[in-house]
Amino acid sequence: MMDRSGAITYPMTWKKPPYIKNGSIRRSIYFFSALYLAAAFGTMDVNWTRVAEGLPRAERFLDAFFPPNFADNRGVVWDGIQESIWMAIISTVAGILLSVPIGLGAARNLAPKYIYLVNRAIIALSRTFPEIILAIFAVKLFGFGPFAGFIALSIGTIGFYAKLLAEDIENMSEDQAEAIKATGASWFQWINYAIQPQVMPRMIGLSVYRLDINFRESAVVGIVGGGGIGATLNTAFDRYEFDTAAAILLIIIGIVMCLEYVSGFLRNRVQ
Amino acid sequence: MPKIDRSSGLSWRKHTTKKELTIWLYWLIGLSIVTYAWNLISEKTIWFFVQDAGTQAIDIGSRMVPPKLSYMDKLWQPVWDTINIATIGTIIALIIAVPVAFAAAKNTTPHPLIRTIALFIIVSSRSVNSLIWALILVFICGPGIFAGTIAIGLRSIGFCAKLLYEAIEEIDHNQVEAIQATGASRAQQMLYGIVPQVLPTFAGVGVYRWDINIRESTILGLVGAGGIGLQLNGSINTLAWTQVSMILLVILGTVIISEWISAKVRHAII
Amino acid sequence: MLRIEDLNKKYPTGDEALKDVKLEVPKGQVMALIGPSGAGKSTLIRCVNRLVEPTKGKVFLGDLELTELSRWKLRQARRRMGMIFQEYALVERLTVMENVLSGRLGYVGFWRSWFRRFPGEDVREAYRLLDRVGLMEMADKRADELSGGQRQRVGICRALIQNPDLLLVDEPTASLDPKTSRQIMRLINELCDERSLAAIINIHDVLLAQMFSKRIVGLEQGSIVYDGPPEDLTPEVLTRIYGEENWEATIGKVEEENEEEDSTISKAAS
Repeated sequence: MMDRSGAITYPMTWKKPPYIKNGSIRRSIYFFSALYLAAAFGTMDVNWTRVAEGLPRAERFLDAFFPPNFADNRGVVWDGIQESIWMAIISTVAGILLSVPIGLGAARNLAPKYIYLVNRAIIALSRTFPEIILAIFAVKLFGFGPFAGFIALSIGTIGFYAKLLAEDIENMSEDQAEAIKATGASWFQWINYAIQPQVMPRMIGLSVYRLDINFRESAVVGIVGGGGIGATLNTAFDRYEFDTAAAILLIIIGIVMCLEYVSGFLRNRVQ
Repeated sequence: MPKIDRSSGLSWRKHTTKKELTIWLYWLIGLSIVTYAWNLISEKTIWFFVQDAGTQAIDIGSRMVPPKLSYMDKLWQPVWDTINIATIGTIIALIIAVPVAFAAAKNTTPHPLIRTIALFIIVSSRSVNSLIWALILVFICGPGIFAGTIAIGLRSIGFCAKLLYEAIEEIDHNQVEAIQATGASRAQQMLYGIVPQVLPTFAGVGVYRWDINIRESTILGLVGAGGIGLQLNGSINTLAWTQVSMILLVILGTVIISEWISAKVRHAII
Repeated sequence: MLRIEDLNKKYPTGDEALKDVKLEVPKGQVMALIGPSGAGKSTLIRCVNRLVEPTKGKVFLGDLELTELSRWKLRQARRRMGMIFQEYALVERLTVMENVLSGRLGYVGFWRSWFRRFPGEDVREAYRLLDRVGLMEMADKRADELSGGQRQRVGICRALIQNPDLLLVDEPTASLDPKTSRQIMRLINELCDERSLAAIINIHDVLLAQMFSKRIVGLEQGSIVYDGPPEDLTPEVLTRIYGEENWEATIGKVEEENEEEDSTISKAAS
């Protein structure tokens, strides 16, 4: 960087070093991403004439929101909403009650190896399948109605809640746990004094969050016969009663907003 | 409030009497809500079916084994579609979520009114389940992958934008102030002060949502929006249980692989 | 160079951070601003480049009245004032080079800064400054890989590449160890000398202030209570600024360390 006169000259260009330093890896990532995207778009066979036909339908659907029709089918809608709410509450409670022992068992630092593996398997199984698929089977086994939805949502709750509980316990501060253990506390006392205070605030927040999820899911399990507002919504679509469908959608949005507000409020209170 | 009751000698209680009563009251209210909910649901349940569920489960279970492996030939295309619905849907969602998130974050929003609109977009996108979005879109633009992709995209906007705008609100403001002090414009302040700080979150949220979307896109077929759900629905309706178990295995495999990829990528980013 | 007239700042919370502050800093003078935390030091320098909007009063940079500038004019004026921050305030996820070049953001357009296409002159100046502070090799490192002292030196480069007339320095040593603190203070002083820059240095460490500046201004509860050379900082003066305390030890130590400092410098020179 010295020129002939001996003075230092500095470069006048600078390039930001690439994020992935290895050149060939970087290029192959770009190449395969581009290849995949091309293939994905290429095989996405869109019937554009059908989509174009849909535009007036979209307009009709949007029109239905101004104003939505809360009056017709009021009884049915109200029943459906109520069923959804109760289903969400009870499946959240049942799911959490089941999650606590499973979550404790799935925490590596609490449970012996074989219990840990069994509980992790339960969690993995209940997490894999979307609530709707669980609901399809629940309907086959328990018949149409909210009971099937309740079972499906409870299982879904276990997959969510027990997993997070277990992770939270695994991440807790070991010092506090050790300190309580050192006092000679029994296992239950240990859980009560060392673990519970550490995981409780987050878990309360998460349970309201799960209630929120369960309510949203309870609005769709009805599509496969699992009870709740979903069945009403599906019927409204089938009968082209968009103004009713719009009303149902707005009610769902409203309730979710309320739940979100409550969960935010509760989380601030407990933390 | 901890209270020391000096009159009755040595005793310590965590709560005062009043607080204790309130806690009991909350328990009582909670319990009655649960009881009421349970009554309502059990009223609508035909208990005969529930009692019969055990035998039903064994019956269906036995019909499901062994999974019909040869059915796989017909599943490659739906699996490919399912993955594409999730991936393209996530990309669409991220593209729209970025401006929405910047409009919704308190520290970057151009105007409080715009912030309200952005927050409304986020809530309505989040509240409506992707299956309902799919139901609407199948009606509008016909059955097929297109409806499913858009449904996944619309559902994910709210999720991504919410996590992103929370990250924007939590950035270190000093770094932005330093850029501001150099005389940079507002757009440059975002580019140099904010974007580098939220970029890892952005990538993490994208991959996380992609993982969720793989799961969600497996069911869109139930309402005709493409993907493997269509085969699942058909097989269940025709009581072809060995096909059903094959499909479930394929879903299981896809979900596990996508979860593995997502974990790897997120690990690499952070 | 800088003239402050009757500057007032009242925060919405009702706290009066500055009360009728009058101050003049001529070209080439390095002035130390001391005072207890909460005295308004930080507010004062932020009122100069209007990162904090003053409530009342005028600030002149040369003949330019900063306090009445429009948003756009203010951005241009900010390019003439370099700022160095307490916690370095580097954009941690950007490279050292990007952090230095961000000092030129006021001069380049949005798309050039987007593609990191800064003019060749700017890049050369950035390299020259990095070399001057001994960080030439670090240009491509990410800012969060550097140590505290190195980061502050990058912060100094970012301020100097603006080619400013005035340096605003906010607690440059607050997060550094004593040795690095001195090195940084010495570096700032040398650079100000080289470019005959005016500077206001906020500093809570009386010792460092005495050691490195010819003029000391003491701020207490938003008002200037001392303005003079470091030698006149008597226990009475310090008590006026900071409140009652045994100051003899502090002052005694100053002279000792000053000598020590001088001897090391002369050793280095010889």
